[in-house]
Amino acid sequence: MSSTTKDTTTDSPDVMVEIRAVHKSFGTLEVLRGIDLSVRAGEVTVVLGPSGSGKSTLLRTINHLEKVDHGWISFDGTLVGYRRDGNKLYELREREVLRQRTRIGFVFQNFNLFPHLTVLENIIEAPVSALRRPRKDAVAAAEKLLARVGLADKAGVYPKQLSGGQQQRVAIARALALEPKLLLFDEPTSALDPELVGEVLDVIKDLARGGTTMIVVTHEIGFAREVADTVVFMDEGRIVEQGAPADVLDRPDNPRTRAFLSKVL
Amino acid sequence: MSAQTDAFPQPRPAPLSKDPVPLSKGSDTVHDAEPLRIVPVRRTGQWAAAVAVLVLLALALSSVIRNGAFQWDVVGDYFTTASVLRGLGLTLWLTALVMVLGFALGTLLAVLRLSTNRVLQVVSWGYVWLFRSTPILVQLLFWFNIGALYPQILGVRTVNLLGPVTVAVIGLTLHEAAYAAEVVRGGILSVERGQIEAAQSLGLGAWRRLRRIVLPQAMRSIVPPAGNMLIGTLKGTSIVSVIAVQDLLYSVQLVYHRTYQVIPLLLVATLWYVAVTSLLSIGQHCIERHYARGTAGAR
Repeated sequence: MSSTTKDTTTDSPDVMVEIRAVHKSFGTLEVLRGIDLSVRAGEVTVVLGPSGSGKSTLLRTINHLEKVDHGWISFDGTLVGYRRDGNKLYELREREVLRQRTRIGFVFQNFNLFPHLTVLENIIEAPVSALRRPRKDAVAAAEKLLARVGLADKAGVYPKQLSGGQQQRVAIARALALEPKLLLFDEPTSALDPELVGEVLDVIKDLARGGTTMIVVTHEIGFAREVADTVVFMDEGRIVEQGAPADVLDRPDNPRTRAFLSKVL
Repeated sequence: MSAQTDAFPQPRPAPLSKDPVPLSKGSDTVHDAEPLRIVPVRRTGQWAAAVAVLVLLALALSSVIRNGAFQWDVVGDYFTTASVLRGLGLTLWLTALVMVLGFALGTLLAVLRLSTNRVLQVVSWGYVWLFRSTPILVQLLFWFNIGALYPQILGVRTVNLLGPVTVAVIGLTLHEAAYAAEVVRGGILSVERGQIEAAQSLGLGAWRRLRRIVLPQAMRSIVPPAGNMLIGTLKGTSIVSVIAVQDLLYSVQLVYHRTYQVIPLLLVATLWYVAVTSLLSIGQHCIERHYARGTAGAR
């Protein structure tokens, strides 16, 4: 990364993710209408909002799965997906974008495990091929991660032989295998049967307590209350309210936040 | 299981008076202590049809065996002669070569078609359009007579450079690639978008994503039509007999033009084609099982 990108960090040095004036449209539909958000290192940010409010799109712009139309996002002091030179933002080559992504873990709603690879192969794929780790080290690290998510005995199994909750725990272990500085969760429990939600949330809570910086898009209000340092409420492509969970969830200022919470609580 | 059978004969509460319709006419069958036996419906018509089909098959078979004009002894005489085996050998390696080259070129075409560059997309589409729009026979004759357009290629006389066998390989491969491109493209499209996004978010490069994540999953939808194409190509190579390439069919034709034993020699070729396609079908089954690993059906 060239030194010209360093000047993008404006706030205090412990800001991990900075999102400024981000706009994004799909065709004529404007999904993000000017998002500003800062996430500090070691904090858990939970993004709430009705479906279609743009929360998943916002999350996907942070690791450049979606390109932004206006504005910029920086991660750990470096612009995501672009290089700044003067007043211009040059799109990065894919190889450079991929290198950035290895430092950001992403957990999908539908797990997206590779069905033709075993649990172990799923986890060591990125460390071995993207980070060029020796296979032996990657396997040892993967086994530790599997133990951490409570699936030490499932290394040789194919994903389809696991329950949804187990698959999502493997997906979390796969994201952790790159030792990312930031974890993004896109509705990690929305595709799960109700009785399996708890086991996945427990793993995420455990990570939160360990000080991992994470942004979690979810509908689990109880989880937000318990784990979040900051709760962000989005509606129609804008952040309408943000703050400590006690403030946003119990004493919301915005009528739209109140309306949403009254429906889900 | 045992819990169910134990529980079953136990006396049950009388049916609610609100719903007095008995489950069976006459006796109160469901409450009997005896275990119940299930009697399937008798499909008399189906069985009659099956018998009739068997009789017709037996008649056809006996006529094939007893009709002397089939000349089964001649079939036996020529089945493993050197010229027939040479022809079979050529058919086999020509099929293999065309399949490998055709799918290599077809995969490239599919990747071009799915790229984000407009020009590459259109070129790939145009190739498939052109080579699917003309009969393979016409294409083959065209390549055979390419010397009329380009009498010399790189200073060598075209006729010397492109013998019949080379023309056969080129003509069949270019045609095969057009179909292979569509098969591979369909396979790649069948892979869920989320798989590619997951690979991207893990930092896997484009080539690694294609080889390690997309193609292995695409193979599940590629193998059945590819197996179809392989068998079609094996039989389709017989078309090269028109440009005097000595494949299996041309080898038996050479014999029967001399001996006039047309039917038995065609039977020689037929039996070899059947034998090889049968082996290929078994191979396809094994390959399908390999690529189904990790899916519900393959546990």
